[in-house]
Amino acid sequence: MLAAVTVFPGSNCDRDLKCALEAAGFKVAMVWHKDTALPPGVDLVGVPGGFSFGDYLRCGAIAAQAPVMRAVADHAARGGYVLGICNGFQVLTETRLLPGALMRNAGLKFICKTVDLVVETPDSAFTAGYGRGQVLRIPIAHHDGNYQADTDTLDRLEGEGRVAFRYGTDVNGAARQIAGVLSDNRRVLGMMPHPERAAETAHGSTDGRQMFAALAGTLVAA
Amino acid sequence: MQEPVLSPDLIAAHGLKPDEYQRILDILGRAPTFTELGIFSAMWNEHCSYKSSKVHLRTLPTTGPQVICGPGENAGVVDIGDGQAVIFKMESHNHPSYIEPYQGAATGVGGILRDVFTMGARPIAAMNSLSFGAVSHWKTRQLVHGVVEGVGGYGNAFGVPTVGGEVRFHPAYNGNCLVNAFAAGLADTDKIFYSTASGIGMPVVYLGAKTGRDGVGGATMASAEFDETIEEKRPTVQVGDPFTEKRLLEACLELMASGAVISIQDMGAAGLTCSAVEMGDKGGLGITLNLDRVPQREPGMTAYEMMLSESQERMLMVLRPEKEAEAKAIFDKWDLDFAVVGETTADDRFLILHGNEVRADLPLSQLSSQAPEYNRPWVTPPAPAPLGNVPEVDAIDALRALIGSVNYASKHWVYEQYDAQVMADTIRAPGLGAGIVRVHGTGKALAFTSDVTPRYVKANPVEGGKQAVAEAFRNLIAVGAKPLATTDNLNFGNPEKPEIMGQFVGAIQGIGAACMALDTPIVSGNVSLYNETDGQPILPTPTICAVGIIETLDRAILGPAQSGDTLLLLGETRGHLGQSALLAEMWNRAEGDAPPVDLVAEVAHGAFIREHHALTRACTDLSDGGLALAVFELAAAAERGAEITVTGTATLFGEDQARYLIATSPAQAATLQQAATAAGLPMTEVGRIGGTTFRLGDSAAPMADLLALYRGAFAAALA
Repeated sequence: MLAAVTVFPGSNCDRDLKCALEAAGFKVAMVWHKDTALPPGVDLVGVPGGFSFGDYLRCGAIAAQAPVMRAVADHAARGGYVLGICNGFQVLTETRLLPGALMRNAGLKFICKTVDLVVETPDSAFTAGYGRGQVLRIPIAHHDGNYQADTDTLDRLEGEGRVAFRYGTDVNGAARQIAGVLSDNRRVLGMMPHPERAAETAHGSTDGRQMFAALAGTLVAA
Repeated sequence: MQEPVLSPDLIAAHGLKPDEYQRILDILGRAPTFTELGIFSAMWNEHCSYKSSKVHLRTLPTTGPQVICGPGENAGVVDIGDGQAVIFKMESHNHPSYIEPYQGAATGVGGILRDVFTMGARPIAAMNSLSFGAVSHWKTRQLVHGVVEGVGGYGNAFGVPTVGGEVRFHPAYNGNCLVNAFAAGLADTDKIFYSTASGIGMPVVYLGAKTGRDGVGGATMASAEFDETIEEKRPTVQVGDPFTEKRLLEACLELMASGAVISIQDMGAAGLTCSAVEMGDKGGLGITLNLDRVPQREPGMTAYEMMLSESQERMLMVLRPEKEAEAKAIFDKWDLDFAVVGETTADDRFLILHGNEVRADLPLSQLSSQAPEYNRPWVTPPAPAPLGNVPEVDAIDALRALIGSVNYASKHWVYEQYDAQVMADTIRAPGLGAGIVRVHGTGKALAFTSDVTPRYVKANPVEGGKQAVAEAFRNLIAVGAKPLATTDNLNFGNPEKPEIMGQFVGAIQGIGAACMALDTPIVSGNVSLYNETDGQPILPTPTICAVGIIETLDRAILGPAQSGDTLLLLGETRGHLGQSALLAEMWNRAEGDAPPVDLVAEVAHGAFIREHHALTRACTDLSDGGLALAVFELAAAAERGAEITVTGTATLFGEDQARYLIATSPAQAATLQQAATAAGLPMTEVGRIGGTTFRLGDSAAPMADLLALYRGAFAAALA
């Protein structure tokens, strides 16, 4: 069970994601942004949080052009699993692996706090360990987490059960309080909250641990 | 390029006094060149030379079995066992932040992070201590927004958790805000890097971002008072790029692991000049730099500009020559500049070449270790007005005055703009008391706190200095940590005024006595003088940051308190209302002496809490606002009401020192009280946690109402 975590200049949650994946039983390879291929046999790619390329131009926009992202897109096209957290979610929307865009928070300020996160669907390898409507306590830390898409796209995401998570309250202006969305094959998840910061008792919440455990369960069975 | 003629005005504009210029003439036996004048100005200003403070700083306790490296390096190094060390320092960026709040604060954070990773440590925690003018002052709101965004903008992108700090408001900071930034990092004790150059003919390598014209003369600006020409100084403020800093961090740590580094120094104040001189001077070597090789951001820069630029995210290193190709490959990987710009030499000479011309040729040691030093005249500042009559007040009204003020309301509007959890090792985020960060991959943790009560220091510099250290000590104890060491950031007015110098001397005396008694040596620090505008000084503000260790995570006292918990007060309550928060916020009065600090009691009470951590569910020290505010903060953290049985304004709001409030189960409370009695320590039961009402003696209010006030007041005043 092998996971790859991409590292861009400016990534700063790469180690955190690696630790959470390892704790769930994954072997983890760190993959440099200039690499053109993923290590053979990768089951899951993690695109971590941080400020890839300084968030310059637009969050995730420059990272989306990095050579490694072509390999990630190929992996996704083959039905591989991809998890993008925070800046990773922004990168996945910029590469069009996920629909929509992350705009500046409605209050224009960076927000770091632990929020209520409602599980909207247990129907994915990422959320299989949760119950529908379960409320998790997961930290957010972002300046640009205000998820937006056109009404048709939002309706389609809702209709197909691809809204994975919603904020319990309106924290950043996101359309329909959407915090995380799935790809149409349900194997690519992008989310703004940080489950890797709620993965150990010492973090104060362990609600994120079940995501990594569920992924490991699915991939072991596969 | 023709250099300007040195007129008396030009010399004065460089911050050099006539006697200091005469000293330059005596050293050189000739007039300096323009570039040389700039170099002397950069090295001999207060900010870089500590010329007014050195003689007093030498009296501070700086050693102990836990200290691996004390003051004099980029940051202090303290042993935390198991072959690891915590490396930390605090530094001010006051003047730049007042001129340009976002960039001033951002580069303050950037500078202190570089100080830490220059020594081979990965930064793991940051804090900041911010002092602003009155909320009603026209500039305050802009400064608060800009500074907080700047701190967050840099630290968040770099990827260091901000786990604590302070925000205060007082009219004395109207013309001169304070931005003190702290950073701590973790390194193996056998992989610490110092700035002392060694070896002759070794390559001097420039690393990081390119040199531009930003920040030219910044250190000199930071060593002058402000007046109405302040807007003209905006170009002396540097511009930060946390993305480059993050790459520089990763590249430097890889470089250090490669064994290529002999010595390394970040380019902070006075940039290339100060970093080269420091490395050469400490190693007893000379340095030759060829500025044609310096990576430049813009064409046509002069030697003067390059030597004084404070462009950010740069380092200077003395390299093992055989490792050059390997070192360059690391910087190529991270897309950062790497250029051999000079070499070490055997003679005491700082030689600057540019365009095939000698631009400066100076005796290197005269710039740093032989720089001027002053024992400035000082007088004991006048005593404050005696404490007048303090009327008895309704306790809840008084509490509302405190928690509804910007000084004592919840600061979540501020700290929610800082990433507190990046690196996924944060055990306790900002909000109540010290921040806690786990030592990655171990069962240990480090605790961090930043404290000072400037109105105490103004009233009584010696006791105020002691109190700052004692409060920091207590904040560490209250989370279950063993205090290890401290760093100080001494912010004062114009040292050429004897009463200001008296504040400084007194505060140092108090800080020294407390650090000695509490075994928390000062391992690094920074002095910021001339914090005055139009002759009005700030409150004396010697910020103390302390670092403690939690040996095993189960020793951490994290709370929150639970319903039914008994509240115990450790320490003696005499009802000291002089210089209290109540006087200041309720009646705008600053009367009476600062509370005296009993260091023997501080030691004993701290040891007692440490010993009985297992019986303590939640704990906080008593400081501003006394017992009433401490109970409220503990209850707010638990989202519960509380009931306090003791009464009287002085009892509830007095600010006697060496006190802690403990919440624990009734059964454990009984055991604790027996232990305190056996130890001969004063401990009394004062109330309990629980319910939806907050009651202080015979006055009460719904807890929900008080929480709404506490959580909303800051944003209501400033957002």
